Amino acid sequence: MRNNPLSSIAIHSVLILYSLLALFPLVLIAINSFKSKKGIFRDPMALPLGDLYSSKGYQSVLANGDFPLYFGNSLIVTLISLVFILLLGAMAAHALTEFRFKGNGLLGLYLILGIMVPIRLGTVALLELFVKLGLTNTLTALVLVYTAQGLPIAIFIFTEFLKSVSGEIKDSARIDGLSEYRIFFEVVLPLIRPVIATVAVFSMIPIWNDLWFPLILSPGEGTRTVTLGIQQFIGQYTVNWSAVLAALSVAIMPVLVMYVIFSKQLIRGITAGAVKG
Amino acid sequence: MATLDINNVVKQFGKVEVIHDTSLSVKDGELMVFVGPSGCGKSTMLRMIAGLEELTAGEIKIGGKKVDRLPPAKRGIAMVFQSYALYPHKDVRGNLGFALRHAGMPKAEVTQRVDAAADILGLGPLMERRPSELSGGQRQRVAIGRAIVREPEVFLFDEPLSNLDAALRVHMRVEILKLHQRLKSTMIYVTHDQVEAMTLADRIVVFRDGCVEQIGTPLELYRNPANKFVAGFIGSPAMNFIDADVINGNAIHASEAIASVPSSSTKDANYTKVSIGIRPEDIQIQANGKWSGTVEVYEHLGGEAYLHVLLVDKQTVVARADADSHYRIGETVRFNVVQSKLHMFAEDGKAIPKT
Ligand SMILES: Nc1ncnc2c1ncn2[C@@H]1O[C@H](COP(=O)(O)OP(=O)(O)O)[C@@H](O)[C@H]1O
Ligand SMILES: [Mg+2]
Repeated sequence: MRNNPLSSIAIHSVLILYSLLALFPLVLIAINSFKSKKGIFRDPMALPLGDLYSSKGYQSVLANGDFPLYFGNSLIVTLISLVFILLLGAMAAHALTEFRFKGNGLLGLYLILGIMVPIRLGTVALLELFVKLGLTNTLTALVLVYTAQGLPIAIFIFTEFLKSVSGEIKDSARIDGLSEYRIFFEVVLPLIRPVIATVAVFSMIPIWNDLWFPLILSPGEGTRTVTLGIQQFIGQYTVNWSAVLAALSVAIMPVLVMYVIFSKQLIRGITAGAVKG
Repeated sequence: MATLDINNVVKQFGKVEVIHDTSLSVKDGELMVFVGPSGCGKSTMLRMIAGLEELTAGEIKIGGKKVDRLPPAKRGIAMVFQSYALYPHKDVRGNLGFALRHAGMPKAEVTQRVDAAADILGLGPLMERRPSELSGGQRQRVAIGRAIVREPEVFLFDEPLSNLDAALRVHMRVEILKLHQRLKSTMIYVTHDQVEAMTLADRIVVFRDGCVEQIGTPLELYRNPANKFVAGFIGSPAMNFIDADVINGNAIHASEAIASVPSSSTKDANYTKVSIGIRPEDIQIQANGKWSGTVEVYEHLGGEAYLHVLLVDKQTVVARADADSHYRIGETVRFNVVQSKLHMFAEDGKAIPKT
């Protein structure tokens, strides 16, 4: 590592600049959520102090009895999809890297092709399929779609990581008499723990933020997710901006909490390949 | 403890055959070393014995019992890997006892066996540490301990010392030798390092390109190599080879015929060219020597010294010199060779038997 103070200052200024740029819209949402609609348009940059302050937005969000339900739906969909993505992704990657079978390479390519083809291109076909299956307006539909959406990148990252892990430890477990399933759960999973956190964060955020599939597949009252629920404040002629911003601020919280939980592991995961432990 | 028999084993990866029809047997309690250059199929052979690779053809018997359809855990083997292959999330005690606990052995017996192995290898103070908190040598010791606790019929080692630094490698080599004397079990040890092979082995198997070149005790291989490959591979510094023409039953070195090596063995056969093998210690630097050359490199190792001598026809030979001697680069030296220790190889590489 070079320890040139000048380059260190340069690196840090770039990082700080980038952080400010990334944080700006979030801060804007947060401060404006504490203003009335008038306050937002009169002075969007000002802090919500004095007569600008208003908690109306949060009041209308809390007064809306359906919000806990929307939150619950988002959480259920995100967490269950995440479990499937991580479990199936890791298993597929393990199989692709560990076992020699005909068509191994092609299968691997097929599984990660989804990285390049956005799943939204198939929306119409998906909708038709779910209508036939009677799965419209269910959370199951969303879980299935998000699992499919998250798997390619998960399989790609897990495969790349597992390729770098020595196969000898798995052979050693085989000699110790472990079944292939126990090798996966007791040897491979602990080995890829840091990468699991990485994949979890990258898969979780698009699922939580998605508006498209909830709108199309399950717009029903009982299955709305938070992003869809917020839409009710956006009317055709009037938009309750305070409520929208307040709801958005609240909606960020769960992702933030999960991010904090995963972040320690995440940093280890990102640097795992670069820094030899 | 058991014998091991490998009968006509063939291994193909896809269309590529990496082990050609190979047969060998290991005696009960023997420490057999597989040696050969990297990529010659030693690991593949060992992994087939362990059950980690399937055989394409042939059979493997351990203790007289056919095992090549059994899973690794049922073969009575234990294996030590080059990368140690410890479970990173388990401490030393957990690593040592894992296989036994998994096999459903009572707790008390597991503890007793683990403690016994830890005692043999001096792992006592490290029992609660994770692999990441151990040095390379300690990790390898844990890996060996993990093999010992299983009390296998056959120990398999795949280049276990290759990741260690030179000093530790020598130290661990002695430890493995002691371990073998203590346990008296059958062991197969794979290495690409011929020094390791020479010092450890009861018998050595030399592999090349998926074929067994020669099997024998270290001294047999050193004194009577079956071919030029084995001759060049075993021994350090390597054996010198000098190309010679055969004229009237004499091997004449270089067209100028600086020296000739009388040989009775070439008389009967129709050899026109032979390769003469001379070990560095069989070259004697003498003022009235028959051969001569100029000193190219002079390596002094303290206890011994080696001269790289450039002959008239631009071939170089390495000669062992007296440790008290002094030579200058470019100096002309004369030397003789010990005629009785010469090796001679036909053009196809096979050794020409001495008569
Ligand atoms: N899983 C495999 N698939 C294809 N080829 C392999 C595989 N494992 C080893 N080989 C090939 O088999 C040959 C022998 O390898 P190996 O037994 O590892 O050699 P060594 O241990 O003597 O260095 C090499 O040419 C290697 O490329
Ligand atoms: Mg090898």
